[in-house]
Amino acid sequence: MASTRSFILFLFIQFFFSFLAFSFAQSPATGSTEGYTIYGRVKIPSVGTKEYILPGKISNIKVILNGGQRVTFLRPDGYFSFHNVPAGTHLIEVAAIGYFFSPVRVDVSARHHGKIQAALTENRRGLSEFVLEPLKDEQYYEIREPFSIMSVVKSPMGLMVGFMLIVVFLMPKLMENMDPEEMRRAQEEMRSQGVPSLASLLPGAARSN
Amino acid sequence: MAMAIRVFLILLLFLSSTNLGYSLYEDQVGLMDWHQQYIGKVKHALFHTQKTGRKRVLVSTEENVVASLDLRHGEIFWRHVLGTDDVVDGLDIALGKYVITLSSDGSILRAWNLPDGQMVWESSLQGSKASKSILYVPKNLKADKDDLILVFGKGYLHAVSGIDGEVLWKKDFAGESIEVTHIIQSADKIYVAGFFGSSKFYVYGLNADNGELLKNDHTVLPSDTFGELLSVSGDKFVVLDKIRSKIFTINIKNGEIRYKQKPISDLIKDSSGQAVILPTRLPELFALRIDSHVFIIKVTNEDDLVLVDKINNAASLSDALSISEGQHAFAFIQHESSSIHLFVKDVNDWSGDLLKESIIIDHQRGNIDKIFINNYVRTDRSYGFRALMVMEDHSLLLVQQGEIVWSREDGLASVVDVTTSELPVEKEGVSVAKVEQNLFEWLKGHVLKLKGTLMIASPEDVVAIQAMRLRSSEKSKMTRDHNGFRKLLIVLTRAGKVFALHTGDGRVVWSILLHTLRKTEVCEHPVGLNIYQWQVPHHHALDENPSILVVGRCGPSLAAPAVFSFVDAYTGKELKFLRLPHTIAQVIPLPYTDSTEQRLHLIIDINQRAYLYPRTPEAIDILQREFSNVYWYSVEADNGVVRGHALKSNCIQKVVDEYCFDFRDLWSIVFPSESEKIIATATRKSNEVVHTQAKVMTDYDVMYKYVSKNILFVANAAPKARGEIGTATPEEAWLVIYIIDTVTGRILHRMTHHGCQGPVHAVFSENWVVYHYFNLRAHRYEMSVVEVYDQSRADNKDVWKFVLGKHNLTSPMSSYYRPEITTKSQSYFFTHSVKAIEVTLTAKGITSKQLLIGTIGDQVLALDKRFLDPRRTLNPSQAEKEEGIIPLTDSLPIISQSYITHSLKVEGLRGIVTVPAKLESTSLVFAYGVDLFFTQIAPSRTYDSLTEDFSYALLLLTIVALVAAIFVTWVLSERKDLQEKWR
Repeated sequence: MASTRSFILFLFIQFFFSFLAFSFAQSPATGSTEGYTIYGRVKIPSVGTKEYILPGKISNIKVILNGGQRVTFLRPDGYFSFHNVPAGTHLIEVAAIGYFFSPVRVDVSARHHGKIQAALTENRRGLSEFVLEPLKDEQYYEIREPFSIMSVVKSPMGLMVGFMLIVVFLMPKLMENMDPEEMRRAQEEMRSQGVPSLASLLPGAARSN
Repeated sequence: MAMAIRVFLILLLFLSSTNLGYSLYEDQVGLMDWHQQYIGKVKHALFHTQKTGRKRVLVSTEENVVASLDLRHGEIFWRHVLGTDDVVDGLDIALGKYVITLSSDGSILRAWNLPDGQMVWESSLQGSKASKSILYVPKNLKADKDDLILVFGKGYLHAVSGIDGEVLWKKDFAGESIEVTHIIQSADKIYVAGFFGSSKFYVYGLNADNGELLKNDHTVLPSDTFGELLSVSGDKFVVLDKIRSKIFTINIKNGEIRYKQKPISDLIKDSSGQAVILPTRLPELFALRIDSHVFIIKVTNEDDLVLVDKINNAASLSDALSISEGQHAFAFIQHESSSIHLFVKDVNDWSGDLLKESIIIDHQRGNIDKIFINNYVRTDRSYGFRALMVMEDHSLLLVQQGEIVWSREDGLASVVDVTTSELPVEKEGVSVAKVEQNLFEWLKGHVLKLKGTLMIASPEDVVAIQAMRLRSSEKSKMTRDHNGFRKLLIVLTRAGKVFALHTGDGRVVWSILLHTLRKTEVCEHPVGLNIYQWQVPHHHALDENPSILVVGRCGPSLAAPAVFSFVDAYTGKELKFLRLPHTIAQVIPLPYTDSTEQRLHLIIDINQRAYLYPRTPEAIDILQREFSNVYWYSVEADNGVVRGHALKSNCIQKVVDEYCFDFRDLWSIVFPSESEKIIATATRKSNEVVHTQAKVMTDYDVMYKYVSKNILFVANAAPKARGEIGTATPEEAWLVIYIIDTVTGRILHRMTHHGCQGPVHAVFSENWVVYHYFNLRAHRYEMSVVEVYDQSRADNKDVWKFVLGKHNLTSPMSSYYRPEITTKSQSYFFTHSVKAIEVTLTAKGITSKQLLIGTIGDQVLALDKRFLDPRRTLNPSQAEKEEGIIPLTDSLPIISQSYITHSLKVEGLRGIVTVPAKLESTSLVFAYGVDLFFTQIAPSRTYDSLTEDFSYALLLLTIVALVAAIFVTWVLSERKDLQEKWR
């Protein structure tokens, strides 16, 4: 508490001094100009056929400075600004449902009167002008594959049914075409082996063709 | 056949492994999840009811929300949640189409488009001095000055253009150090009034066009003043003197100040209490509250004061509303035992009431905090009134014609703490009739579902399916279910109200405004702190209802006395309450319960004493038995100290209290304050279950997890890097993390991250901790994992030792053994800022874990723990791949399908709570902030049950087809046999 009070006092003192200077210089600047302004723009391709964000509707997009220290919104033309930002290296994030934005590293230079350099942190790409575009669209739902015979056939159940059908309908046909002698031999083999295995049946069928 | 099964299994495995974690089809939204949107306690409200267009009310709230609500139904048209420090101070409408908000102590002015909430412009108003901020939109100025907005903030008066937010002119008042309190506009002049000190009254007249100072005047009142200056009409003010016995009337006609004073006792006979001027704005009138009475006093044209009326038990007064030329109305509320009376009176004609209604409001909503009124013209051309009421529990009601038209439970926007409770066990024969539905209906439903899965459903069918799914009465039943999906979420809100929400559909089952957390004379500013499960009957004592304990404090400071409330979790009735004689610094639920399944709790006060609850001899017995096994720790973040404590003996004091104990410090860790500051701690959840203590590595080596409940993660930052990102350079920032055993105080692990800073969000589970922080060198967020393994049990690998019983696994585990510890850790980049981090909990701990990350965009991302495995390498070997180790990448992937909130936002996200369901694969997740969101997730998919949309019809169809095929083939083979035999 004491520290805040002394801070306010400090501000007072600072202000009185600055006020003197200001009235003397008649400069249009306000009493406190320790911060700089970050201007930027968020651009979203309007071709997106999203249901949750209508093209051009950007009212629900937030721009966040330094992990929640300040939050601002977009103007209709996509511009945003943060005022009174001290010089240093900052982080800007864009929160928009349906789009993936990379956070942006922003260097505000004190030496060059608030000159701003920006770079995407995800791919370390520098930005020549401060225009943020989504890296990719975000699809929150799995897409249901449209109905096709192939998808049913490919599904485990379909495969099983298919296999059954082959066994039920194709096998007797193959058996029919078999030589009765060979058949008898096979049956004997079966009897001697017990349960017929898939592997022992298939080559026989192949041979008969 | 064996082959087929193998193929099938491989396929299943393939299917399950390709899809890591959680994902959802769009038509499954709302099946298992629900989302509720709130705004918070309303501070300002403005009605916008023009003849054409939708009627709406614009509000700003204590959760920094600006919203437009539908006046007919109370739904949200649009809403914006501003930043946490961006407190809204003023709300107004300009040009008839923009909503103007002033926030951040009068430094940010924004205009929002009224119909859709799009921000139109934003203006930053600079100033140097903290001061009160005022937003003033002049009405009916000269025609060409229609767009002027006047803002006072940070010592400056700004005139801002309403069209584009450009600052037209500004005037500095900070130099004069005047506390400006009012802006008054008359014709094309603007008067700014305020105090210097508390008795020197100043008025400045400014030109509205350019801010040029036209005149100024000041006067010194004969004594200091008390409270705020109230504007009665354009040029009249009233204020109390310092001892609250006189009223000053100040008139600033044409910029000249005249004042009069009058003792209150002249106006009001035999008044004894302390007078307060209420901040209600009424033309020519003001309201004075003495005790529970409100006096309406008129200021005449000669600045004399005349008592107009006395209202008893007045709860709340609205501002005046201009209903027609020269006619103003205002509303006030009177409370009576069961109902409230709403009066609307004409300000100039006090004799009659414009409206007198009595409304019955659920007394769980408490008193009325604020009231805003609006009028409409009835069909018979008389005036009707509607009133928007903000209740003590922060809910919002719209009252019209004596009826509550709609209500919003906006207290739920400020959830403080959450716990859960089981629902009652289903009684026999209750829901049998419901289950045995019409078979035909059941089949029809499944045929529809089948059509849906095969994607051959017509649009009408799709609608029918969706309706059927959402209607599914199963999930919102009021009984316990087999899978443990149905529970009650019991939440404590900042207003001191406890709500029970059903996990099935999110409806409020019961709610109670705890009277221990209501403002009373004994307890001026009660704060609800935490909510605990007090009694969870499961084995014996099943007839009893579970109950919860709500812990509160009579004020924001630690030294305020504590209050307890016990609430029945089924009925929502307060069972009993306690006003404790001691303070409360920490609540420790002990792992012991008494014969009625009441959990023992230790309350630590600020005077180094521990108190046992419940206060029964049985509880004392149980505690005496476990006396030497009770350990706890405390973190003093300001001093940089972590201490471990244990019970010592009964308190030594005059009055013998056998439930009071002294405790001793076992150990303390003092961090060097010049290089480290505690910024975050995390510990394991007490209800977490670990299934396997050992982990088999790819080379068939066994590692034993160091699983201890008494383990604490502490993250310390460099003192210079405690602030926000952008305030420290990488050279002066570092982060030191510790893993500490809280029984012995032993530091198990210590690690330094250079060039990193907070904020740190951490979660501890089983033997690992995951934490999120900012790396200043890379300028990206990072997440690190540390896994702790017990080396002393590492030689228990020999199977023969197990067989011969020569292992040390059954020897009792104690924290005093000082086991050898090894750790493995790894760091990864993570894209987003994080607001909260949590881990899934399942009933038996078999299911693999997922991290739930609340991102800065107010979404919740489910991230497999496998991505945060310290054993990930660049080129995993074949064996490692089989085990499921993912090749190393420098950053963690963000798969958009694994957002469990899918396309929704939990605005203002503050916390995530996970609760295990009875079904091992499933975990229930509740995320809260301004919005509430609930869903159930299965981190390894629902391997132990069929999914919700499992198609029984398809199964049936397959079986029928197979049976038919058997018959057909049987008949065919019979026939063939017959033919064979005939041959």
